[in-house]
Amino acid sequence: MRRAFEIMRRDLRLALRQGVDSLMAVVFFVLAVVLFPLGVGPEANILARIAAGVIWVAALLASMLSLERLFQTDYDDGSLELLALSPVALELVVLAKVVAHWLTTGVPLIVAAPVLAVLLDMDAQGFVVLIVALGLGTPTMSLIGSVGAALILGARRGGVLLSLLVLPLFIPVLIFGVAAVDAAIGGFAARPHLMILSGLLIGAVALCPWASAASLRQSLE
Amino acid sequence: MALAPGTLFTGHDLTCIRGERLVFAGLDFAIGAGDAVLLVGANGSGKSSLLRLMAGLLRPAGGAVRWGGESIAIDPEAHNARLHYVGHLDPVKAALTVAENLAFWARLGNGSGVVTEALKTFDSASLSDVPGRFLSAGQKRRANLARLAASEATLWLLDEPTTALDAAATSCLMKAIARHRAGGGMVAISTHVELALDGARRLDLDTFARQPDPVEAAP
Repeated sequence: MRRAFEIMRRDLRLALRQGVDSLMAVVFFVLAVVLFPLGVGPEANILARIAAGVIWVAALLASMLSLERLFQTDYDDGSLELLALSPVALELVVLAKVVAHWLTTGVPLIVAAPVLAVLLDMDAQGFVVLIVALGLGTPTMSLIGSVGAALILGARRGGVLLSLLVLPLFIPVLIFGVAAVDAAIGGFAARPHLMILSGLLIGAVALCPWASAASLRQSLE
Repeated sequence: MALAPGTLFTGHDLTCIRGERLVFAGLDFAIGAGDAVLLVGANGSGKSSLLRLMAGLLRPAGGAVRWGGESIAIDPEAHNARLHYVGHLDPVKAALTVAENLAFWARLGNGSGVVTEALKTFDSASLSDVPGRFLSAGQKRRANLARLAASEATLWLLDEPTTALDAAATSCLMKAIARHRAGGGMVAISTHVELALDGARRLDLDTFARQPDPVEAAP
C-alpha cells in the first residue's frame, strides 16, 4: 500500500512539473464548450436545454486527450518494466496511476464545469447534481480509459485507436450523467441516475485494474 | 536433479519462442549465492530474452524458472522483491532530478529513499540535483545503475550494463558487483565486452540455439 502511494506521488509530481497535460485537458474542455454558443446561436432557452449534454460530451472528449499518455511515457523509457518488476501487484500500480491521472485531469474538469454551466445558462437547480455526476463519472472514464491506454501500447497512431476503443464504452456514463442533470432541472429525482453512475464506478474499480494489468503484461512480453 | 547446496536460482529445460521463432531450447542454468554468470552469444541468441525469463517479464514456452525449488510464477511479487533488473532503457524521468528518480525506485523496492551513498558508488554524487533531461547517455546509465546500490536485492539481472559507460564507471560497476557477490548476492550479466569478474561462469547461448530440425535435415 505504501508503495502504491509512492507511485501516485511520483505521477502527481510529474504532472505538476510538466503541467501541460492537465492544463491541455481543461483548456480543451473550456474551448469545446465555448464553441457551442457560437455555433448554435445565443438563444438562452436552446443553450439551457442542451447545456448538460454539451458539458458531458466535452468532458468525455477532454478526458480522452490525456489518456493516451497514461502508460505510454512509462512504456517508452522503460519505467513500466520496472514498475511491473516492483514488489507491488501490477493491478495496484494501475490503480495508483489512474488515481493520479484522475486527480490531475478529472478534478480540474469538475471545477471548471459549473463555470461553463453558467455560461450556457443552465438552470441553477442542476449545478450540484452536475458536480456530483461528474465526480462519479470522470473516475469511471479514467478507469475504463486505462484499459484502452494499456491495449494501445506499442501500436502506431495509438491515440486514434484509443478513442475508437474507449468512446463506445463511455456511452453509459454519458447517458446517466446527462439524465441525472436533466432530472434535477426538470424537478425529478436525480438519485436513481446517480446510483447507477455509482454502480458503474464500483464496477469499473473492480474490473478495470485487472483488465489493464493483463494487457500491460501482454505488452511487456 | 541434485543441486549443489546454496544453489537457489535455477532454470530447467527452458524454451524461448519470440515471434514464432525458436530462440533457444533445452537451456538449464543454476545460480548459487555469490555466483556470477556471464551470458554470451551472438546478437539475437537470446541473452536479453533469458534475462527477461529470469525476471519473470517473459513466460517460458517450455520449462520452468525456480527459486529455492518453487516456480517464480507462483508468487511473482515475492520474486520481484528479491531482484534488480537493468534493461536496455534507462528509466530516468526528464522532469525529476537524479536524486528524486533514484529515491522513487529505492522506496518502491526495499530501500529507504536515502540515495547519496548509492550515487557515490557510481561517482555520480554531483549529478544529484540535475534534472533527468540534462543527462548524457552515460550519466543516465549511471543514474539507472545506482538503483542497484540504493536498495537491497539478492539477484541482479543486468542486460549489457556497460553500454555508454566510460572506463571509470565500468570499474565502479565491477566493484559494486564484487561487493554484492561477497555478501552472497547473485549476478547474471549479458555482455559483448570482456568484463573483469573473478570466477564468473560463462553461459554461451549459441550452444542452445535452434538445432536443425531432424525432418528438415533428412535428405
